[in-house]
Amino acid sequence: MERDDLIRDHEYSLLANHDEEHGKEIRKKIWVVTAILTAITVVEVIIGAFIKQYDSTGGDNSLWPYVKLGFIILTVVKAAYIVLIFMHLGDEKKNFKWVILGPYILFIIYLIFICLTEASYWNAVFGAPGSIAS
Amino acid sequence: MAGKVENISSEKLWGGDGSPFRISYGKQWMWMFLVSDALTFGGLLTAYGFARHQADAWPIGEETFNAMPFLGSGYPLLYVALMTFILIVSSVTMVLAVEAAHRLDKKGVTKWLLLTVVGGFFFVGSQAWEWYHFIHGTHYGSILTTEGWAVVDYVGEDLVLKFGRGVEAIGERAQELWQGAIALSGSSEPYTMQGANLIENEYAPMVPQYADFFFFITGFHGFHVFSGVVFNLIILINVVRGVYDKRGHYEMVEKVGLYWHFVDLVWVFVFTFFYLV
Repeated sequence: MERDDLIRDHEYSLLANHDEEHGKEIRKKIWVVTAILTAITVVEVIIGAFIKQYDSTGGDNSLWPYVKLGFIILTVVKAAYIVLIFMHLGDEKKNFKWVILGPYILFIIYLIFICLTEASYWNAVFGAPGSIAS
Repeated sequence: MAGKVENISSEKLWGGDGSPFRISYGKQWMWMFLVSDALTFGGLLTAYGFARHQADAWPIGEETFNAMPFLGSGYPLLYVALMTFILIVSSVTMVLAVEAAHRLDKKGVTKWLLLTVVGGFFFVGSQAWEWYHFIHGTHYGSILTTEGWAVVDYVGEDLVLKFGRGVEAIGERAQELWQGAIALSGSSEPYTMQGANLIENEYAPMVPQYADFFFFITGFHGFHVFSGVVFNLIILINVVRGVYDKRGHYEMVEKVGLYWHFVDLVWVFVFTFFYLV
């Protein structure tokens, strides 16, 4: 079947068929990433089981915000492994990588902005919008 | 109708020097679809975050989701962790199928793609069980006491009232609250809520949106998984029929592979934001 797009030989990821030897290397990498992803999930569940969001009286555990931040960082690490290794984005052209990742960098900046301005932190430090900080 | 059809050679049609991304049309637009779809999920999780931080109290994941099939309750987040593991493993079998596809190894692709489909079915099945459990609710439901809502439980014969965030009432105090709850309801039984639907739920009786977000986010994800299983199955049938052997490349496996990894990727975020934190 003829292809419906233009092909310039050997530069398309599609044409990167590889031999058995190269395949062995790739498979090794896949299993290493699998081990990392599994280990991170196990660590997350263990931390979740032992560190509670509340203290003995049902109040807030002062450690929890840091645990939460740790969870978010671990999640982003997992996501990076999935996207760059499993989805092979790491092997694509640099300009294509930025086409995909660019919108998300903007999105993350937006989320950090929202977290700071909508939550209590910003208001506590700089005063609520429209009020004069004391 | 309008004009005659003319055959234009591709060199004349496109004077450029190959695609700037050095990637085929199909793969590129699968990526574009995934970018937009991920923003949809991002929007849902952002809405969830807004609703959660606007509410006075929000249930804790490990207190709501602590049941295991056949074993009962008392296993915080273990089942969800197992689901996460199943999805990660099916992502691995998919990437192995793609690797085999690059070697044009039909037997290898068939084996790994089949395992991916099986893993996908296991995940959808697990989600169905979790939904069933969530809708059905705890054994005795939640009652409205003078101190707020509490989940009813028994240790042996003894009544335990769980107020969430680790706060429990036992023994005399629990009995007192139970009597108070009966007085409050004005009938012979305390006012009870059991299970969850779109209007009310016993896990967070004061925030009905809690169950709505659960149904919508995990449901939307589950629908993606189900579609992914169907896509994988179609491609698997084509692989077995030798369609891609004739074509000379297995790029379709790569394309559905991208979609499948994406489904895993979204779950990683749902797992963190809905269950862990």
